[in-house]
Amino acid sequence: MTTTHLPPTPGRRVAAPAPAAPPSKPHRRPRYLREQFSGWAMIAPAAVLLLAFVFLPAILGFGLAFTNARLVSPRPVEFVGTDNFVRLFTDPTFWRALLNVSYFAVVVVPVQSGLALAMALLINKKFRGVNFFRTLYFLPVVTSMVVVSLLWLFMYRKDGLINEFLSAASFGLIDGPDWLNDPATSMPAIIILSIWQAAGFHMIIWLAGLQSISGELYEAAQLDGASRWHQFRYVTWPGLKHTRTLILVTITIQALGLFDQVSVMTQGGPLDSTTTIIFEAVRSGFKQQETSYASAISLVFFVLVLLISAVQRYLTREKD
Amino acid sequence: MKETLKSKSLSSAGTMAVRILFAVVAAFPLVFMVVSSLKPDQQIFGDMSSVAAFLPIGNISFDNYGAVFDRVPAARFLINSIGISAVTVVLGIFINSLCAFALSRMEVRGKRIVFTAILATLIVPFQTLALPLVWWVNQLPYFELNGFSLEISKGWLDTYQVQIIPFIANAFSIYLYHQYFESIPKELDEAARIDGAGWFKIYRLVVMPLAGPATATVAILTFLPAWNSYLWPLMVVQSEELRPVMIGIQYFFQLNVSWGEVMAYASLITVPVVVLFIAFQRSFINSIASSGVKG
Repeated sequence: MTTTHLPPTPGRRVAAPAPAAPPSKPHRRPRYLREQFSGWAMIAPAAVLLLAFVFLPAILGFGLAFTNARLVSPRPVEFVGTDNFVRLFTDPTFWRALLNVSYFAVVVVPVQSGLALAMALLINKKFRGVNFFRTLYFLPVVTSMVVVSLLWLFMYRKDGLINEFLSAASFGLIDGPDWLNDPATSMPAIIILSIWQAAGFHMIIWLAGLQSISGELYEAAQLDGASRWHQFRYVTWPGLKHTRTLILVTITIQALGLFDQVSVMTQGGPLDSTTTIIFEAVRSGFKQQETSYASAISLVFFVLVLLISAVQRYLTREKD
Repeated sequence: MKETLKSKSLSSAGTMAVRILFAVVAAFPLVFMVVSSLKPDQQIFGDMSSVAAFLPIGNISFDNYGAVFDRVPAARFLINSIGISAVTVVLGIFINSLCAFALSRMEVRGKRIVFTAILATLIVPFQTLALPLVWWVNQLPYFELNGFSLEISKGWLDTYQVQIIPFIANAFSIYLYHQYFESIPKELDEAARIDGAGWFKIYRLVVMPLAGPATATVAILTFLPAWNSYLWPLMVVQSEELRPVMIGIQYFFQLNVSWGEVMAYASLITVPVVVLFIAFQRSFINSIASSGVKG
């Protein structure tokens, strides 16, 4: 170590320990003002963009739902009260859409979170090839839902991969359905591909939760002779409380927002068996240019999302 | 003793079998996609009932890929998506980190209210905003320099900017940077200030170089939705020359082309992301994990 003074480079200079504070008292006032000014100048770009593209459209959406606004229209926008909501709640397609997303959510939430937890437990231990498995399990997540939908559209054909596999596995006994063209199997088909695509994402969140549980708890449980099931039941499961809430809320909200798969694969059919709330909103707002009606649907969707996250939070909180 | 050892290795073999089963289920559709993209339709359907569906054997060629570029301006779609994603990521990193810097490291009056308001936007799902947002961007003025005269027209629909600007500022990116900046000692700022550095200089030369992991996370979490976006461009883009890849493949599919060609297009827009993912696998998965724990 030499004691010679190196020419201070900007990067190095700042990393050095702070020297004794110089007498800077007289400059306090302008320095404070300058900090206010620079601070706001730094906050402004992001804040203005969020104001313009999140806050404003959110408020607009709320307002437009009570008007007759259309995307492109020579008429001035007029207040029409609750007309859009009356129309919405008397529309059987809307109720069908609500039923469909409920069906979707009721199946997807437990099955997907369960499979994701199983995957996380399978790769939580250190073993040879753990990275290989982790990568493979996560692969569907980085694949876009549009690509996944086209791919599965092909596999779900009457003569597609899925039916050929069912036929081969049952020695020709099972003659698979025409998955996407049969109202009875169209939603299950969409459910299967959705779980396949997103389970890896929630596996990672479970994994983060699992790794936050102290290893000492497991050691203590092993000393007490707890079986693997008991370790899971009394150490792992309680330790995942927060992760559980988070995963339930995110999967439910994602399930309610079901859109891409439906738009690519079925267009809501056959016989409205796969239509969803967001699909209806996009159909009326974008294809029929009825911004106001679509805003009303979006508003109902938002209230639903708020309600569900509030209920889930309340339920998971009360248990302790 | 011997028996417990034996049952332990048996159960670990069983665990490994389950692991492999899950891996096969996760990977088979993607393997099928890439393999099919190399085969003519007749062979795809012929191979369907056997393991050959997953093996690149028989009549293998890149003809389907050539056909994709012949039929639609796929190169243009790719360039559009790369450009849109890159600009969104770069501007997103700059603007969101700058905002988080001021909120976490400076004594700005009223910053607490601003930060709370920013976090509040996290509860609004994009699907709720999308339709009012379409109406709103259609009201915004659009400035265009035509020679020496500035032309003002109404409406952002069918432009590049409408695919970029609404997605630059992101509450979650600001939150991630804010958390990360809080962990960097504030003494560094003090030392730099005493040496006469301004706030922007501190941001640029002190804090940002230390925030590499946060930047990687924000880059990944901005890139993926930008590359995969579908709902938004579906509503705001009509012209063929402005289409991103995901809208491009949807139109391509409606041309009633062969399945081999659809699989070639699908592989074309998926494989680069998968390769990127495998290369940055560790930070990729860590970033998702840390993003999940937002509560």
